[in-house]
Amino acid sequence: MIEIKVNGKTRSFDGDGDMPLLWYLRDELSLTGSKFGCGMGLCGACTVHQNGEAIRSCVTPVKAVAGKDITTIEGLSPNGTHPCQIAWEKHAVAQCGYCQAGQVMQAAALLKKTPKPTDEQIDAAMNGNICRCGTYQRIRAAVKAAAGVKA
Amino acid sequence: MSIYRYGETTRLAREAYEKYDQKVEMLDRRGFVGTVLGASALVLGVSLKPASAAPSAWQPSVYLGFEADGTVVITAHRSEMGTSSKTSLPIMLADELEADWKKVRVEQALGDEKYGSQNTDGSCSIRDFGHAMLKAGATARTLFERAAAQKWGCQPGDVAANQSTVVNGRTKARLTFAELLPIAAKLDLPKDHELRYKTPDQYKLIGKKIPMVDERNVLQGKATFGMDATMPGMLIAMVERPPVYASKVKSVDNSAALAVKGVRQTVELPSWKPPHLFQQLGGVAVLGDNTWAVMQARKKLKIEWDQSPHANYNSAAEKQSLLDSVLKPGKVVRNRGDVDAAFAKAARTHEANYYAPMLSHAPMEPPVAVAEWKNGKVETWCPTQNPQAVQDAVAAAMGIPKTDVICHVTLLGGGFGRKSKPDYVVEAALLSKAAGKPVKVIWTREDDIKFDYYHTVSGMHMKAGMDATGKLDAWLFRSAFPPIASTFAPGMQYGAEFEVGMGLNELPYDVPNIRGENCPAPNHLRLGWMRAVAHVYHAFGIHSFLDELAVLNNTDYLSYSLKALGPDRNVDLSKDGVKPWNNGMPIDKFPINTGRLRRVLEMAAEQSGYGKKKSSNGHGFGIAAHRSFLSYIASVVEVVVDSEGKLTIPNVWTVADCGTTVNPDRVVSQLEGAAVFGASIAMLGEITAANGRVQQSNFHDYPVARLAESPRMTHVTIVPSKEPAAGVGEPGVPVIVPAITNAIFAATGKRVRELPVRRTKLV
Repeated sequence: MIEIKVNGKTRSFDGDGDMPLLWYLRDELSLTGSKFGCGMGLCGACTVHQNGEAIRSCVTPVKAVAGKDITTIEGLSPNGTHPCQIAWEKHAVAQCGYCQAGQVMQAAALLKKTPKPTDEQIDAAMNGNICRCGTYQRIRAAVKAAAGVKA
Repeated sequence: MSIYRYGETTRLAREAYEKYDQKVEMLDRRGFVGTVLGASALVLGVSLKPASAAPSAWQPSVYLGFEADGTVVITAHRSEMGTSSKTSLPIMLADELEADWKKVRVEQALGDEKYGSQNTDGSCSIRDFGHAMLKAGATARTLFERAAAQKWGCQPGDVAANQSTVVNGRTKARLTFAELLPIAAKLDLPKDHELRYKTPDQYKLIGKKIPMVDERNVLQGKATFGMDATMPGMLIAMVERPPVYASKVKSVDNSAALAVKGVRQTVELPSWKPPHLFQQLGGVAVLGDNTWAVMQARKKLKIEWDQSPHANYNSAAEKQSLLDSVLKPGKVVRNRGDVDAAFAKAARTHEANYYAPMLSHAPMEPPVAVAEWKNGKVETWCPTQNPQAVQDAVAAAMGIPKTDVICHVTLLGGGFGRKSKPDYVVEAALLSKAAGKPVKVIWTREDDIKFDYYHTVSGMHMKAGMDATGKLDAWLFRSAFPPIASTFAPGMQYGAEFEVGMGLNELPYDVPNIRGENCPAPNHLRLGWMRAVAHVYHAFGIHSFLDELAVLNNTDYLSYSLKALGPDRNVDLSKDGVKPWNNGMPIDKFPINTGRLRRVLEMAAEQSGYGKKKSSNGHGFGIAAHRSFLSYIASVVEVVVDSEGKLTIPNVWTVADCGTTVNPDRVVSQLEGAAVFGASIAMLGEITAANGRVQQSNFHDYPVARLAESPRMTHVTIVPSKEPAAGVGEPGVPVIVPAITNAIFAATGKRVRELPVRRTKLV
């Protein structure tokens, strides 16, 4: 039996501990905000927080997060009020939107650790998250807006 | 050599393409008031009830309905994959209706031919349906105004709709749409000539920055994409597909797969029969209770495949054969003057060959579909660009009428053309029938990249003849590409009209001798259209070659191509034996206007400083201007190449004349995205096959542009225009590729004639 705290709620799982966290969240908990994009940790669409740090849930086995605090996009803020969500909306970042939950989670983790990131820090943190629609320049602008640093 | 006439198979291919892509069935052509309730010319929402009863709901058009509380329900019949068609068409209707946008609910339509074409493909949503939206809005607004006038006993001219109410201009009295519904729903519909439309200065939504209706849900993880659709009792399925195109299952050992906990069964899918169309690929499916179990079990299938005729398909050999093919005369698709005679007397000639590889669409959401077979009918939830094609393809596979396929359209996690081909929905339907339960088919990224309808590989040959002053006197343009036509008509080696019509037979330049030739190329995989389609490689060839000619004549692309464009005019291709494809639109409504192309070119140069800013070692500017999807786009790209050959793109300037636009910020966002998509194509994208097998599988070996590789800033200018709305989603892509390679030449002196750029050492 594996116990995990997901969005503040303790959950227990007695299935295959090798199951990636992403499929546990999606198939078992119906938390579908975290997306499947590559299954290899290459695109970032599945990004969630483990004790506040961004991880790729598609390559993280459930057993590896036993006892940890997991936050998904659904639990990031009540009603989409996290500064990143507000900034994303203000900059109308999303096109298709599929990758954006992962982008927002990645950015939120960055800002938690580095509240006033430099351009280089933003680029380094966000480079693992692919957006095929090509919203990168607005993502960069939104991260800066959320951080309150000059664009 | 005579002008090539399209043969029977090409005609079939064209029709197939038109059927799925270009068929425009404006409802207002059949009488605007087609509704779910019938096709009467009268208001129909009340026809189900006694005439005296107040309607609880009213639907004056297939796109528009009202609920009793006055809520406006606008049907989005086009798919949302990021271009904002689900928002931008409804705001046109709402604006013309004078509805309060906060009281509007946008609902996604089921697949149904009553809406006209729902194929969200070809950059045509606003172009083809904007007018119908305005008309639906104006009609309903007129009815509310007449209802209010009737109630107040005044002239309709005394009242005016304002934000979901109607105001009496004399008394200042006000009635809400909800209050007026019972009266409005009983009135005769106004005739066309009685409708008055708003003038642009009266617009409250059109021309403003309007967020996409799903945006907030997207940012909270609440939006439903195809990947998120679910049904009670649903099984998850993954399919092991034939590794070589057209090979079939010889034998399968499923014992190890079935031993995986949570796996229910395996199902062998039928093989497809030519023409491929949107049939699924065949193979063996594993069905189970959760994705992880199915994923593990699929790896344990032991399948023996039979030999495919495509097993000796190798991209390296194909490249050589395409480049050989274009050195020989092909089918003439355009002829003006006599290029051979002109070359013979030219002061100077120049030749170049170009090559662009196969590409995979790779939308962030791989193909996925949920389907339930029940009582001889199929109900599906899927991310599709074309729900009516879903109905057609599923009906054909199941042997049921199209009307027995109910297609719910979810949000699409990217489309780019991949999701207008519903093979994955067919898989889900077949598997649901086999399992007796709803089934969700999930494609992994590996499935997506290995079993796409690929953007085709191409080889091009260009030859120019110039006079003593360097003036372009003759241009031979040969292109060979395994055609999309082959997906619809087996064995086709020549492009369908739409493929030839994307760049090959429509050079707009004022050159006295031009010949376009399409050289043959066989296909070995499923091919399909990807964002900007044949314009992608043709624009790469055309604008790289123009840049080469400019350099040869000690000038730049801007001056050289402006000279080649000649005076502002509408290009007449009919004299050259060409009936322009023109995206299926009449040439008189959407002429090929060189003045508009010149203007975007000049504006892009002006804004970027192209020609003034000098390129230097490792720093360069490239430019290209191209008409596609009826829009005129020019981009300037700035590149920096460091001492290790690493390339970055600090800036892109894009100027777009897309005719009338509706939601400008969404147009800008499409063009920003196009610069990134174009950068992916130019720098990174390459699909290859070895012994018939696609060699790439995921983002590590099929890289797409990440933040650091993308243009850091794309500056977009939309040319104000009163011309009819043209394409936005696609036409921003083609110019980016040659603008990048032209910039690389300016920065490094290296002429890139083969994509992707990452195969060339830049220093």
